[in-house]
Amino acid sequence: MTADLRQRAEGLAAPLPALLAQAEHLAASVLPGAHGRRRAGQGDEFWQYRPATASDGAARIDWRRSGRADVHFVRETEWQAAQAVTLWVDRAQAMGFSGAKDRAPKADRARLLGLALAVLLLKGGERVGLMPDLPPRMGRAQLEPLTLTLGADDMADFGTPPAALLPARSQAVFLSDFLGPTEGLERAVGQAVARGVRGVLVQILDPVEEEFPYQGRSIFESMTGTLRHETLRANDLQTRYRDRLVARKDALAALARKSGWQVLSHHTDQSPATALMALWQALDGGR
Amino acid sequence: MGNLGFATPWLLAALVALPLLWWLLRAVPPAPVVRRFPGVALLLGLTDERTETDKTPWWLLLLRALAVAALIVGFAGPTLNPQAARMGDAPLLVVMDASWASARDWSRRTERVAEVLAEAARADRPVAVVVLSDLPEGPLPLREARFWAERVGALTPAPFVAKADTVAEWAATLPETLDSYWVSDGLDHPYRGPLTDALQARGALAVYETSRPVLALAPASLREGSLVLQAIRLPNQPTTDVTITAHGRDPSGVERALARATATFEAGEQTAEAELVLQPELRNRITRFQIEGIRSAGAVALTDDALQRRKVALLTGREGDEGADLLSPFFYLRQALGPVAELIESPSIDDLLLTAPDVLILVDVAALGEVETGQILDFVRSGGLLLRFAGPRLAASEIARDAEDPLLPVRLRIGGRTVGGAMSWGAPRMLRDFAPESPFAGLSIPSDVTIAAQVLAQPDPGLAERTIATLADGTPLVTRRFDGDGQIVLVHTTANADWSTLPLSGLFVQMLERLAVSTRGAALEESAIAQQVWQPQRALDGFGKVQDVSNDAAIDGETLAARDFGPDLRPGVYSSAAGSLALNLIGADSVLSAATWPASVPVERDTVAVTRDLRAPVLILGLGLLLVDILAALWLSGRLRGGAVAAILLALSLPMDAHAQEDDRLALQATSAVVLGHILTGDARVDEIAQAGLRGLSRILFARTSVEPEPPIGVDIERDELTFFPFLYWPITENTPIPSDAAYAKLNRYLRGGGLILFDTRDAELAGLTRTTPEARRLQTIARPLDIPPLEPVPEDHVLTRTFYLLSEFPGRYRGRDVWVEAAPADAERAEGMPFRNLNDGVTPVIVGGHDWASAWAVDEMGQPMVRIGMGLSGEEQREMAYRFGVNLITHVLTGNYKSDQVHVPALLERLGQ
Repeated sequence: MTADLRQRAEGLAAPLPALLAQAEHLAASVLPGAHGRRRAGQGDEFWQYRPATASDGAARIDWRRSGRADVHFVRETEWQAAQAVTLWVDRAQAMGFSGAKDRAPKADRARLLGLALAVLLLKGGERVGLMPDLPPRMGRAQLEPLTLTLGADDMADFGTPPAALLPARSQAVFLSDFLGPTEGLERAVGQAVARGVRGVLVQILDPVEEEFPYQGRSIFESMTGTLRHETLRANDLQTRYRDRLVARKDALAALARKSGWQVLSHHTDQSPATALMALWQALDGGR
Repeated sequence: MGNLGFATPWLLAALVALPLLWWLLRAVPPAPVVRRFPGVALLLGLTDERTETDKTPWWLLLLRALAVAALIVGFAGPTLNPQAARMGDAPLLVVMDASWASARDWSRRTERVAEVLAEAARADRPVAVVVLSDLPEGPLPLREARFWAERVGALTPAPFVAKADTVAEWAATLPETLDSYWVSDGLDHPYRGPLTDALQARGALAVYETSRPVLALAPASLREGSLVLQAIRLPNQPTTDVTITAHGRDPSGVERALARATATFEAGEQTAEAELVLQPELRNRITRFQIEGIRSAGAVALTDDALQRRKVALLTGREGDEGADLLSPFFYLRQALGPVAELIESPSIDDLLLTAPDVLILVDVAALGEVETGQILDFVRSGGLLLRFAGPRLAASEIARDAEDPLLPVRLRIGGRTVGGAMSWGAPRMLRDFAPESPFAGLSIPSDVTIAAQVLAQPDPGLAERTIATLADGTPLVTRRFDGDGQIVLVHTTANADWSTLPLSGLFVQMLERLAVSTRGAALEESAIAQQVWQPQRALDGFGKVQDVSNDAAIDGETLAARDFGPDLRPGVYSSAAGSLALNLIGADSVLSAATWPASVPVERDTVAVTRDLRAPVLILGLGLLLVDILAALWLSGRLRGGAVAAILLALSLPMDAHAQEDDRLALQATSAVVLGHILTGDARVDEIAQAGLRGLSRILFARTSVEPEPPIGVDIERDELTFFPFLYWPITENTPIPSDAAYAKLNRYLRGGGLILFDTRDAELAGLTRTTPEARRLQTIARPLDIPPLEPVPEDHVLTRTFYLLSEFPGRYRGRDVWVEAAPADAERAEGMPFRNLNDGVTPVIVGGHDWASAWAVDEMGQPMVRIGMGLSGEEQREMAYRFGVNLITHVLTGNYKSDQVHVPALLERLGQ
């Protein structure tokens, strides 16, 4: 039993170092800049020298600078607040879809992006957590539990962000295809906004889901087979499907606008580096 | 379009089910494809716009209905033009006339029989195929149709018509119930009526005839020096032309068509004539006439002595005097008759008449003995021609003065006359134009023909009608009298130039020809034929092909005289002591009449539509439609991708490119390294040896020189590019095909471009004995259009003798005999102190020999020699020399005259040193 469990766990974990390596590689392609707070505070970076006041202890005086002048100076460093970023990576069955044999499923891309972002953030000294139950922590040590948790699959058809308590004023990144029911998402975003959390919604879609290139009499099934739709002429549905997809995207955008979040769209046939860059920018800009 | 029938018509009832199928297919839409698709959440609630499209599209329905219909019809066994009339169960008798008249369409007839047999096989009835001209012994051979189907091809028409009594006898032995199918030759034969009745009495009778006209050729006859050919046909036919060719050996002994004439049948006419005017020389060569394009014994007329060279006997008298030839009275006769007739000369009338001549010529003979006169008279009366020339002796004699001499056509006046001589006032007389009824009619008279002296005919009442040529003043020059079957002709002047210039002119020759040729119908009397025993020489088969039958048993004259053609007496040429006799199927007075059938007998013409089994094509159509349906269904359901279509199309188009690729392969293979090539001759063994020989040579080259050839390639001169090969080996066989013009152009380009062809006739052994061999002749034929410079046997100082090894001869499998190369320029001279002449630049374009080098070079895959050369050790030595020749040859090909230049090296070095 234990052996079996371990075997399964090892089997499960086997791709993870690869994923991690891939994510690190991807992260390396994005040059992170330390996000200084542009005011004095706790941090390593030099911010300014200011004349010492009476309240400054003698130990704080920078004697090297003071030696070149008549007044005493205190060396201030820039305040570098470590941000907490909480990721939610949709691991539902719908994410396991791939429209072509040579294309990785959406879930792979979502994990990759998520982990790469985590690598980047951790390098930048931020705290990264993973919904639902991995609270944000600092340091590379966080990578391992992140990776392990990301490897697990969800058996549900479509994923919904869990109702987890996010750290106040932190940031959140939701990676999903957002094709399932939107109520869960709206609720989760609403709760987050209530705690002053800003974030990014990254919609990862397969190109096939964008184009709907089907023809003829077809039965469409969701990945678990719980949802079915039969049509006699799939090609007739194309425009209407696209319309609905656009509507769904609009709904996402509206939700984001309302809550001050951002929406990014990414297709699995595009380069993940671009998406990571955009995601990084979005987080950076939101600060 | 003919009728359509079915083997199992009840199966067609299944067609009723088609509407059911239609309904069923319409009711059931095509099976859906199940797809996993996360976007389904967005699809929920969307309905199809057009509900009616859930049905199978109408064209797919139609396709399927058609496919099923085709399958049903196919299994029902459709047959085009079923022959209901011949669908009985009784045994079937197929009767063929198989006479000469059916030969023309023989293949069509046997095809028809094969079709009938196929029908019989389907109906599973016993069949007997009987050829009337070759009736089977014993009871009717009823067998299953397949037995006969194998034998139909072997049936041949006979060169005669079956005999009525044998057919009647045979008909009496036929079984009681019998359906018959008569493949008729379209002619009426004596047995036709009775046999028709007999067959109709036993069962249904159907007749098959072809509508192509039956044509026959009557024997050629001579009329006024021209050959008259008569073609015969059935009555009531439209206007047609037939071409008649005369066949014989040309002067080189090759059998070919010597002349052609066209005979035109007027509409409704049964006969057509063609006239052929030929040089006697040519005419004598003719062995048969034939209607062109018709293969039938009836369309061939063989010729015999009647058209052959005349035998002309010349009574020469005693030629004691050794006078000049030109003065001899016989000189001009010999000159004129020699080429066209068989001239027999003797001073003895007995001897002459024993040779049975056609013409007897007496030149200036006055009196003859009584016995001789009698003999000559007999000769004349039995059809001979006595041709006499006047002369001083006849003029001086007393014969035929008062009474008519039996051997002279007219009475003569004493002394004759001289006009225009040294002692006369008058001028020499000219000839008057020949009268139309004269045998000389139409000959043109040269203006320089003059008569200076002649014997004169007594004016008799009959003189005018006996005169066939006169002088300008009306005096007879040539008179003729018929006696019995023959005739006596007197030329009133001499046979030499003493009295006239006539013998000097061409007219003399023509007149003699007319006289000699128009003699003798020469038909042998029936009684004369019957008395002889005849040896067959040549005989015709049913198709009119001449066969040599000189080894057959001789035939009794009476059989021959009866002309009762049958298996024992075929039309042909027979010979006996009396001469040769052509026995032709068609006589001069033969008439062809068409077969008439009772109204109750159905007659099929060749327009009869053939019964055709449509089962296979219809089933294939059905399956094809089903295949299309599969594709259509796939396409409909969206499972047929462009890739799949492209793959199918690609698969279909693939074979097209195969050849081009092959060409490239040859080019690549041939150009990647030095490759020796040999030209394919079509003779598998020769090609194999050539390939093996070049393989052996390639190995030797590889081992000994820096030439490292790839395995040799066989080259098809018609198809392959030659320019890749520096060297081609061309073994010549007797049957090496003559290249096409395009191939010649290619070869010439190759030779001019510096290629070398080694022609090997492989016959040095034989050629030493006979000088010319079939291979050598073939080589001459092949090489004639080639651009080959003058050749000479390899001179001792040719560069070939020293390009690698020093060689004095070039043995292959054989040694000895010359090898020919391009001749050295005439001005090639040996420079002072040089061992060799200063020879031409470049490589000889051809080397011709017969030493069978490939055999000497040939090794198998293991490197073992394939052909034994000579005896023991010396043979191996010869093989080594052959290899050395090969090495020299290839080195020569690749380096040109390099070795030739090498001898100058010392001189060049010396000059450089200075």
